[in-house]
Amino acid sequence: MNKEEILKLAELARINITEEEADGYKKDFEGILNYLNSIQSVDIEFSQFYETNLTKNSMRDDDKIYDSGSFTDVLLAEAPEIDGDYFKVKKVL
Amino acid sequence: MRNKFIRKSHYKMTWQSQVLFKKYMINFKTTTITELHKKLISGEVSSSELVQQSKSAISEKNGDINAIIEVFDGTFIPEKITEKSSLLAGIPVAVKDNILFKGHTVTAASNILAEYKATYNSKIADIFNTSEVSLIGRANMDEMAMGTTTETSRYGSTKNPVDITRVPGGSSGGPAAAVASGMVMYALGSDTGGSIRQPASLCGVVGMKPSYGAVSRRGLMAMSSSLDTIGPFANSVEDAEIIFNEIAEYDELDATSVSLEKRATYQDKNKNNKIIGIPRSFLEMDGIQNDVLENFNKSIEKMKNLGYEIIDIDLPLLKHSLAVYYIVQPAEVSSNMARYDGIRYGLHKDGDNILDIYKNTKTSGYGDEVKRRIMLGTYVLSSGYSDEYYYKANALRGAITREIHEAFNNVDIIATPTAPSTAFKFGEKKDPISLYLEDVFTVPYNLTGNPAISIPSGVNNDGLPFGMHFSAPMFCEKKLFEIGKDFENIIKQ
Repeated sequence: MNKEEILKLAELARINITEEEADGYKKDFEGILNYLNSIQSVDIEFSQFYETNLTKNSMRDDDKIYDSGSFTDVLLAEAPEIDGDYFKVKKVL
Repeated sequence: MRNKFIRKSHYKMTWQSQVLFKKYMINFKTTTITELHKKLISGEVSSSELVQQSKSAISEKNGDINAIIEVFDGTFIPEKITEKSSLLAGIPVAVKDNILFKGHTVTAASNILAEYKATYNSKIADIFNTSEVSLIGRANMDEMAMGTTTETSRYGSTKNPVDITRVPGGSSGGPAAAVASGMVMYALGSDTGGSIRQPASLCGVVGMKPSYGAVSRRGLMAMSSSLDTIGPFANSVEDAEIIFNEIAEYDELDATSVSLEKRATYQDKNKNNKIIGIPRSFLEMDGIQNDVLENFNKSIEKMKNLGYEIIDIDLPLLKHSLAVYYIVQPAEVSSNMARYDGIRYGLHKDGDNILDIYKNTKTSGYGDEVKRRIMLGTYVLSSGYSDEYYYKANALRGAITREIHEAFNNVDIIATPTAPSTAFKFGEKKDPISLYLEDVFTVPYNLTGNPAISIPSGVNNDGLPFGMHFSAPMFCEKKLFEIGKDFENIIKQ
């Protein structure tokens, strides 16, 4: 992995990193990926996937009636910025 | 030793001082939940005395150990405890800082949630309310449950009560140390790759990871959703069993909670509990501390003398578990950590546009290890690499699961040491890989979903605890408790 790839990765991960930090990550990831690459030696068909999910399409009746707005105050109390009953967000487009 | 001293001096006291001494008579380390429950019913002790005792122990010891990061005001104290009460009623407990209790601060030891107050109750909180549990406070952890030493917490590191120059393990180092030092009777933690069992081993207490789907994850902050579990820390296997039985309720609000009927189908198929399988070649890997392996072999020999049949089993894929785990887990982390966006709750760092707000918030709110895992997860999921890493790891996870589940056709229990080393000094292990290797024996059962327990297995020449790790077929926690009690008895002899 080269430094440009690290910087691209940070961008995708929505994290700001400095050039210096990129060098640190490069070193870390080389060690980690070297270890993770050991799985490439295993010959395994993707179709061998073993079904482990014990719960599938877990459904329940939508029968709990809440009063409109009954959670609004407690949720908005945690928001960094609000406007009336809304979360305040910077213009997206 | 300490307990002997207390008993001895107790006899020398006058009756007046005995009355004053009464509230300090309970030593959480040497009693059991059942004994306390009986005393609470008879009135020999009261819940408020137990809570007071817990809070005194915290003020006395927490300065050195830093296991508890907040003692809650107004701990619930049941009015009356009777035979009908829960066994846990009125007994002091601490909970890892990633389980939600409505109205209480909960941060996962991260700056990104420093001021966050839970807006709803976890299933655990609901169970605690019904059971009239006395919740003492929040216990320390690695940031977002990512770590094996409890050093990455925003509240500073937790110290191992056995030797405060050493790490308590992680990520649930706080709950482990709180129980090991007698600050509370028991604690709850979360285990994604070994985060209950490894600190339990390093601190010398019992720690248990239930089957995936046995304990509701509702209100547990998600780190890696397909691997996360909640489980107990206790002083004995018997206590761990009582706690597990209280918290293992089905929860319709957790889509991965498994019904009791379905659990029973596994339990009916797996009745015996006499054959212990040992994945021998997996144990003799590089990096396992010599005395850990010696202790394991000696302890297994004792189980043999007790009548257990010991057989070596070959699990050729098991050695790939840690690599698979360090692909699947960061992948899920990168997705789960995306929710802390600085908009709806938690830290907000302003920026010129919405993208800058995300970036500034995450950059300032997360510590190094969390960032490292988000980046790693983003990498293994990115187009061009996802076949090689994420999908390959998922296929291998399935194959490992099949391997373990099939192994349980021939054995009742699989045994290994809990961790490849005993508690190490702060700063001794620094690079990510050597820390990740701490979980080599515990991660397989998060990948496969099987229940597992770590039980103290004596100490080494430096007095540092060893842990014995047993795992069982899906939903056969009872087997772990049965064999665990046998093990506990034979180790004490």
